[in-house]
Amino acid sequence: MIHQYRSNGYNIVMDVCSGAVHVVDDVTYDLIEEYAKVYEAINPDDEKKQRDLTEGEVDGIVSKLSSKYSTDDLKESLEEIEELISDGMLFAPDEYRNIIFEFKKRKTIVKALCLNISHDCNLACKYCFASEGEYNGERGLMSLEVGKAALDFLVANSGSRRNLEVDFFGGEPLMNWDVIKQVVQYGRELEKTHDKQFRFTLTTNGVLLNDEVMEFANKEFVNVVMSIDGRKEVNDHMRPFRGGQGSYDMILPKFEKFAESRNQDKYYVRGTFTHNNLDFSEDVLHLADLGFKQISVEPVVGGPEDQYSIKEEDLPKLLEQYDILAKEMVKRHKEGRGFNFFHFMIDLNQGPCVVKRLAGCGVGTEYLAVTPWGDLYPCHQFVGNEDFAIGNVFDGVTNLELRDEFKLCNVYARDKCKNCFARFYCSGGCSANSYKFHDTITDVYEVGCELERKRVECAIMIKAAMAEEKEN
Amino acid sequence: MKRIKTLTGKTFKETTSVGE
Repeated sequence: MIHQYRSNGYNIVMDVCSGAVHVVDDVTYDLIEEYAKVYEAINPDDEKKQRDLTEGEVDGIVSKLSSKYSTDDLKESLEEIEELISDGMLFAPDEYRNIIFEFKKRKTIVKALCLNISHDCNLACKYCFASEGEYNGERGLMSLEVGKAALDFLVANSGSRRNLEVDFFGGEPLMNWDVIKQVVQYGRELEKTHDKQFRFTLTTNGVLLNDEVMEFANKEFVNVVMSIDGRKEVNDHMRPFRGGQGSYDMILPKFEKFAESRNQDKYYVRGTFTHNNLDFSEDVLHLADLGFKQISVEPVVGGPEDQYSIKEEDLPKLLEQYDILAKEMVKRHKEGRGFNFFHFMIDLNQGPCVVKRLAGCGVGTEYLAVTPWGDLYPCHQFVGNEDFAIGNVFDGVTNLELRDEFKLCNVYARDKCKNCFARFYCSGGCSANSYKFHDTITDVYEVGCELERKRVECAIMIKAAMAEEKEN
Repeated sequence: MKRIKTLTGKTFKETTSVGE
């Protein structure tokens, strides 16, 4: 399967099933487009190759373009195309289905836990999937006993794996700061006795952030996420205190100090855009203009009943915004004031292997969320939905049927991914979003898919621009 | 190659969260 598009002056050709990405001239772009029409009519299924094109079919393709380009140009271009085909970098088949299902049959180990250390929050963000931190349940803080049991569970279920991730999440984690510190200390003790290495991370709204927290975090946390939506009016509309006043003025100076104290690395300022700020590139650039270098601003996932949710009619505007942002990022990079945008980060040289790309995020198997009372859920998005209770940290994973359902989550389990060019980059999307919109974990959230496809295109365009700059 | 510049390294065939 070929996906080709023009962006910011670049002709980009993605060979979907080999992962090869090419920047080509106009002749080659048009020739590949014509070639693909014929090839994909004969071989409509990436997984079932019928045959290569005959000499006559190729001649027919070339003659279609003979009034537009010279014979020499077409001949030279065709030679390069055929070389890439023989090298497996154009029109490559999809031959990974069996590998993925075999891979997913392996014994599962747990690699990461999301510790919902606090089911309480000091903000009342309107879009919060955790409903002011309570996950549609009761307020509560995790005890040290549960925190320790969670780490014990992780160590016991991680096999020979050395690196283990633990994310302090909520609610607002800093409302349970003393327990966080004690859990980290316990983790450091476990490292010595079990040959493990814990990578602790923290997500915070910043309200309780202070010098002591920053100092501890800079010593112990490999990554921190600071929640802020961008421009003051945008942030304060969606992220107010329970009394209604905005949070921007209180949190911004702390976040600026925190980011600087981490040398502008190993953190993200993380915002959410909604139907209310469809010009979200302005929020990204606002954060960049404030000096932040690691930025993520992501689409809200709301239901049709939510005023703020992204509607299908919002898509053209949002897709345009990603293009605007990508071009601005290239410009700023060339001016020496670049920044990273989480959803445009892509590694074309040494990215993940194809197995990881197709196997999914690890929800319900390698990754689990823990409530303050020690209950286990497939991920933080499922917390509070009793249909997805999968066990607890004292008894382990007890709902094996549910775990096995998640084991089968991969790109090939989703019919709608079959003809999508982005499937090797998104791993089939988010199971929680699928469930939210379709009551099944193996469907897709179509609005999210549209945005993801555009982000992949933008990320690759940025790489093309960087490669050109390096060459020059 | 004069007309095609490839940006990627290893092909998929040669090879928690996705895009050492």
